[in-house]
Amino acid sequence: MPSMNMVQALNSAMDVMLQRDPRVVVLGEDVGYFGGVFRVTDGLQKQHGAHRVLDTPIAEGGIVGASVGMCANGLRPVAEIQFADYIYPAYDQIVSEVARLRYRSAAAFTAPLTIRTPCGGGIRGGQTHSQSPEGVFAHVSGIKTVMPSNPHDAKGMLIAAIEDDDPVIFFEPKRIYNGPFDGEPDKPAESWAGHPQAEVPEGYYTVPLGQAAITRAGSALSVITYGTMVHVCLAAVQALGLDAEVVDVRSMMPLDIDTIAASVSKTGRCLIVHEATRFGGFGAELSASIQERCFWHLEAPIMRVAGWDTPYPHAFEWGYFPGKRRVMNALRKLVGEAA
Amino acid sequence: MSVSKLHVPAVPARPGEQPDFSYVRLSAAGEVPRPDPTVAVGETASLAESLVCVLDDSGQALGPWNPKLDTEQLLKGLRLMLLTRLFDERMQRTQRQGRITFYVRSLGEEAVSVAAAMALSDRDMLFPSYRNQGLHVARGMSLVDLMCQLLSNSRDMCLGRQLPVMYHSVPRRLFSISGNLATQFPQAVGWAMAAAIKGESDIAAAWTGEGSTAAADFHHALTFAKVYRAPVILNVVNNQWAISTFQGYAGGEQRSFAARGPGIGLAGLRVDGNDFLAVHAATAWAAERARAGYGATVLELVTYRAGAHSTSDDPARYRSREEAEQWPLGDPIDRLAQHLEREGAWDAARHAALAAELEQEVAAAWREAISHGTLTEGPKLDPALMFEDVFKELPAHLREQRDELLAEISALE
Repeated sequence: MPSMNMVQALNSAMDVMLQRDPRVVVLGEDVGYFGGVFRVTDGLQKQHGAHRVLDTPIAEGGIVGASVGMCANGLRPVAEIQFADYIYPAYDQIVSEVARLRYRSAAAFTAPLTIRTPCGGGIRGGQTHSQSPEGVFAHVSGIKTVMPSNPHDAKGMLIAAIEDDDPVIFFEPKRIYNGPFDGEPDKPAESWAGHPQAEVPEGYYTVPLGQAAITRAGSALSVITYGTMVHVCLAAVQALGLDAEVVDVRSMMPLDIDTIAASVSKTGRCLIVHEATRFGGFGAELSASIQERCFWHLEAPIMRVAGWDTPYPHAFEWGYFPGKRRVMNALRKLVGEAA
Repeated sequence: MSVSKLHVPAVPARPGEQPDFSYVRLSAAGEVPRPDPTVAVGETASLAESLVCVLDDSGQALGPWNPKLDTEQLLKGLRLMLLTRLFDERMQRTQRQGRITFYVRSLGEEAVSVAAAMALSDRDMLFPSYRNQGLHVARGMSLVDLMCQLLSNSRDMCLGRQLPVMYHSVPRRLFSISGNLATQFPQAVGWAMAAAIKGESDIAAAWTGEGSTAAADFHHALTFAKVYRAPVILNVVNNQWAISTFQGYAGGEQRSFAARGPGIGLAGLRVDGNDFLAVHAATAWAAERARAGYGATVLELVTYRAGAHSTSDDPARYRSREEAEQWPLGDPIDRLAQHLEREGAWDAARHAALAAELEQEVAAAWREAISHGTLTEGPKLDPALMFEDVFKELPAHLREQRDELLAEISALE
C-alpha cells in the first residue's frame, strides 16, 4: 500500500471523486493551475479540466454562495477556503444558507457541499493563518464539522464528506500536512513516511463521519483530542509512560459521544485537549457531555488544555501553542489527583 | 485650510413634506434604442443610465422595446398582476386580524415579477427575494399552498420552519427564499455556472432590492457572473425605499444601480419597472443574451414600494404620504389596463368583473387553506417535525432532544 502524506491523501480523495462522480467540482482561490497554496489540489485541473477545477475570485462569500447554487443545480462542489482564518466572509452563507437550506425548505433543496479549509497553528502564521474555528461551526445546527489527524483518515473522511448528502466543513490541520508533530518546534520536522496511518489505499474507500477513533488504548486516563493535538498528546503520554487512552474525536458534529463516554467511564479520568481557545470552545461541549454521562465514574475533575484566550500571537507562538509540556503538566495533575 | 465635510444623502420628502421625484431620470416611451442582445458590454453603458420604457402616458406602446405581445398574453399578464395584488391585500388584512404573524406586500411592484416570469422559460431557475410573489403566482403555484405556508399550518410546505412568505418549489423552479438579504444572488450565479458546466440551456434569474446592493453578496455575484460569464439575469428592484432608508443610502445618488453592471463588465439596463411591456422586453433581451453565451445582465427595475416594507412598519413615520400617488411611473396594473383599453381589448366593466372573480378565487383559497389549520386553530403540525431535516438522517443527539420534547408534551396532556 502506498505511503502518502496528508496533502497527497487529500489530493487523492478529490482525484478519486472527480473521476468517479461527474457532479463533483473543486473550486477555490489558487486551487486550479497552481494547485493550491499547500498543493492539496496539485494536478487536479490538468487531469480533470478547468471547468471542473476552478480558480475563483478572492471572495469566500462568493465561493460558498455560488456553491449553494451549484448544489441546487445538481453538482457536488468541494470548495476550498484557503485558510480557516478567511472563512468569516462566508459565515453568513454557511450559517444562514448552507446549514439551513434543507431545514427551511423541508428537504426540497439541499446543499451537499464540502468546504475544505486548513486550520491550526504551529506554522509561524500569526493570527491570520493559525486559527482553529471548529467550535464556531460545530455550534451551528445543520452542518457537519470534522477534522482528521492523519493521511488515512484524511482521504477516507474527505471522500465520505463529498458523498455525504449534508454539508460538511472539513478542517485540515495544516501543521501535520507533511508529517506528525509532537509539539516541539525545535526538533527536526518528521515526515509521514513509515507511519502506519500514512498507509493509504490508492483508490476509493471511506472513513465514516461521526465516529471517534481510539488511537491508543489504555486504562489509567482518557485524553480526548483531535487534529494536530492527537500527536502532541501521544508524545506527552509516552514521555510520562502513562497507560492513557487517546481518543481522536475526528468529528465534532455529529459527535461520537458513545465512544468517548465509554472511554472515560472506563478510566475515570479525562483530559480534553485542543488548539482552539478555551472559553466557550469545543472542549466545553465535550466536558459537559462527558460529565452528563460519566459523572459517577469520574475520579477527578475533567481538565482542559487549550489555546490561551487571546488572538493567535506571532512572536509568542510557542508560548501560545498548547505543546507537549503543557499537556504533560496537565496529565501529571490529573494523575496526581489519584493519590 | 479646507476641511472634509461628510456628505449625507438627501431624502426627497419626509412626512409632511412635498414629494419630490425630480431625482428620477426618465426617458420618453420608445426613446431608448434596443441593440442586439449580443452587443458588447460597453454599448450598454448608456442604456444603464436611461430608462427603457414602452408605454406612454396615453397607454400607447412605442419604440423598439415593444415586445409586441398578443392580446391573450397581455390579458394573462393583467390577470396575474391583479391576482397578485388581491392576494396581497387579503393576506395583509389577514395579518391585521392576527391570523398570520407577518406579511410582505408587493403593492405597486407586480410587473417586476409577473412580466419577468412570463418572459422566461418555465425551465429557468428563479431565485426570488421576499417581495416577488408575482413569480410564484405567474409560475402557477396554488394560492392554497402559498397560504398554507403563511399560516404555518398542517400543509405548510416549510413544515412550520419559516417566517411567512419564504416559499419554495422544486417543480416550479423557485428557490427557497431566505430572510437574509442578497444571499440568493451568488447562489443564482452558482446555479447558472452549473448549467454552463453541464452544457445546458437553462438560465437563472435572481431578484434583490436596491438596498441590498450594498451587501457583499451582491458584489460577489456580479464578480462571479462576470468572471465565468454565467447565464444569469441579476435584477435589482429599485423601489426607492429599504424600510425607512432612501435609495441614496445604497449609493443611488447620481448613478443608477444598472450601471453597476457595465462597471464590472456586465450588460446593464435601467427599465421602467411599472411598465409591463418594458419589463417583459428587457427580461427577454437579457435571457436571449445569457442563453447565447454573452453572460449576465444587471437589470434595474425602477418602481415604487407603494406599501409598507412589511406588516411591522408604518411608512407614514418616515416618508411623505403623498409619494405613492405622485410617483412618476404610475401603477403597473393601471398602465397595462389602459393599454389594453386603448387596443379595444379591455374596459372598466371587464376590469371590475375580473377583480370580483379573482377576489372570489382568493377567498375560496383562503377557506380551503384555513381548513388545514392556522397557527392557533385546527390541525397542527407534529412538533417532532422540528427535529427533521436538520440533517438528512436524525442524529442521536436530536433523537434524544425530540424524545425529551415529546415526553414534555405528553406529560402536559
